[in-house]
Amino acid sequence: MTIARAAALALAALLALAGCSKESDSVKIGAVLSVTGPASFLGEPEKNTLLMLQDEINAKGGVEGRKLEIVVYDDESDVNKCVMAARKLLDQDKVVAVLGPSISGNTLAIMKLFGPAKTPLVSCSASEKIISPVDPWVFNTPQLDRHAVLRILQDAKKKGYAKIAILTVSDGYGQSGRAVLQELTPAQGLTLVADEVFGPKDTDMTAQLTKIKAAAPDAIICWGTNPGPAVVARNRVQLGIDTPLYMSHGVASKKFIELAGDAAEGIVLPAGRLIVAGQLPDDNPQKALLVGYAEQYAKRFNAPVSTFGGHGWDALMLTVNAIRAGKSAKPQDIRDNLEKTSGFPGTAGIYTYSPTNHNGLDENAFVMVVISKGDWKIAE
Amino acid sequence: MDPASILQYCITGLTVGSTYGLAALGFTIIFNTTGVINFAQGEFVMLGGMVSVFALRGMGLPEPVAVALAVPVVTLAGALVERLVIRPASGRPAMDLIIITIGVSILLRGLVMLVWGKDTHALPPFSGETPIPFLGAALMPQSLWVLSITLALLAGLKYFFSATLHGKAMLACSHDAKAASLVGIGVRRMVLLSFMISAFVGAVGGVILAPLTMTSFDVGVLLGLKGFAACILGGLGNPFGAAAGGLILGVLESLGAGLISSAYKDAIAFVILLALLFVRPSGLFGAKDAKRV
Repeated sequence: MTIARAAALALAALLALAGCSKESDSVKIGAVLSVTGPASFLGEPEKNTLLMLQDEINAKGGVEGRKLEIVVYDDESDVNKCVMAARKLLDQDKVVAVLGPSISGNTLAIMKLFGPAKTPLVSCSASEKIISPVDPWVFNTPQLDRHAVLRILQDAKKKGYAKIAILTVSDGYGQSGRAVLQELTPAQGLTLVADEVFGPKDTDMTAQLTKIKAAAPDAIICWGTNPGPAVVARNRVQLGIDTPLYMSHGVASKKFIELAGDAAEGIVLPAGRLIVAGQLPDDNPQKALLVGYAEQYAKRFNAPVSTFGGHGWDALMLTVNAIRAGKSAKPQDIRDNLEKTSGFPGTAGIYTYSPTNHNGLDENAFVMVVISKGDWKIAE
Repeated sequence: MDPASILQYCITGLTVGSTYGLAALGFTIIFNTTGVINFAQGEFVMLGGMVSVFALRGMGLPEPVAVALAVPVVTLAGALVERLVIRPASGRPAMDLIIITIGVSILLRGLVMLVWGKDTHALPPFSGETPIPFLGAALMPQSLWVLSITLALLAGLKYFFSATLHGKAMLACSHDAKAASLVGIGVRRMVLLSFMISAFVGAVGGVILAPLTMTSFDVGVLLGLKGFAACILGGLGNPFGAAAGGLILGVLESLGAGLISSAYKDAIAFVILLALLFVRPSGLFGAKDAKRV
């Protein structure tokens, strides 16, 4: 028994030593993403983006003279596999930072591991619970629901709408959006006149829209991801409702326009600048990187770029930027320098982290776009 | 509560209800000949929609051709399921066969996902998207297609089961397969026929619904569930009761979402279903001695 234990200890020590000696050759960054499973539409473009950037950075001489090595694990959109992968990255792979996970539930499940391990986590998922209250070791990159809601409500106020109806999907994305809408609509001086819900698999929302119509709102805000909002857009036209319709950033992909067809015309929504990169003025600090990223991604993977891949871009480049800023790839230094990031242009917006803000963005990360002739147009 | 809104809820409910009714119809046809609940019924509906989308977008066929192609293809798929999966297991207890159909449904879903991906697809409506104003409510042309084709299917099946030799033979198999074979009915052929008819009904349902509800590899799950509930509501052995059960379920859901709360839409329908089963365990239109599974 004791011999076995001693042997195991010796082996562990050897492995640890091997890990140490390897550390100096390359900067090893871990990533745990939902490459397969229901959330693969998030994880797959994130993984593609990370590996594309790894090759690009290494071709240009790496990070601080060292090669960048990204270890990607697939959590299959499953929370248990995510926890196991995170443990493996921290305990065995000894990475200096971890990127991901793709979905909020998984991030919330693993984020408590990072304080004790003294390793920073840069999440690609958007839940506000990840960064509020602030965990010193945990950052995230996507725009928050709060930013999108603020943007929509500011636009509504500017247009003189006073009575707002909301229609949200009953999954995690919709519930979090609904909570922020319920909080911010009165706070912005607007009245909530109807609050309806639909199921993620529902194929007909005319009942909810008929009820909303009876409440006579000035504008309707629909919060969901495909295909539900496309049904809402179609049903609205079918019922002859001409009340302006806002959507969330959850439908900012060409798929939504394809599904909703002509019914998408005139819908206004907040979106990251990636989908309208070509329309940005040349002096916009994000324009060059957005156009470059979109072209590079399309060329390498023969698929259109997505906002979600952009979250991967942001997570990796913010980490690399922190390493370069501090000329150190020690986990503690990466964390400290991430927190000092200021005015760093990413795909989702311009990041400025601080000890009290680990999201780094504000509502200006979004731009209001309108769907016109089957394409996106900047609305301002 | 204005009457126009109530009318709108009912129109919506009837359209959505026909989707449940068509799935329910497929359940009863197979149940009547084999005593098996075919849990792949929702997948036949899904296949109808997905094959027509593929024929329209992937092969570039005009919509009427794509639709006309999808129905026989899915009917053939129904026949294949019977020949390759159900027939080799014939003679096993009904519960085994039911579990096999669950396996078939997972397999079909997986195959469609692999071949055509996980995206949701929309099919253009057959006759435009301009709503028809009707007493203050809006009626979609596609809803009229759905309702009239559902009614036509029902009438056709009614005629088939009550007036044709094959239909009567299928009913005979459902009552006593051994006795039916003794009087010279090819029981195996009848089982094959029942799978083909129910795949046909499912495919027609999928094709007429796709323009309204959109389609993806996993729409069959919910449709199968709601169709099964409609079946139970109407009475398991009775195709027309099942279709009526679908319509009633659809209207209840829609009224529940509109008048009570959209958050509890599904719950309201199922609570009413449960309450009804306490009062009338055989369903609204079921025979008193219907076998339950």
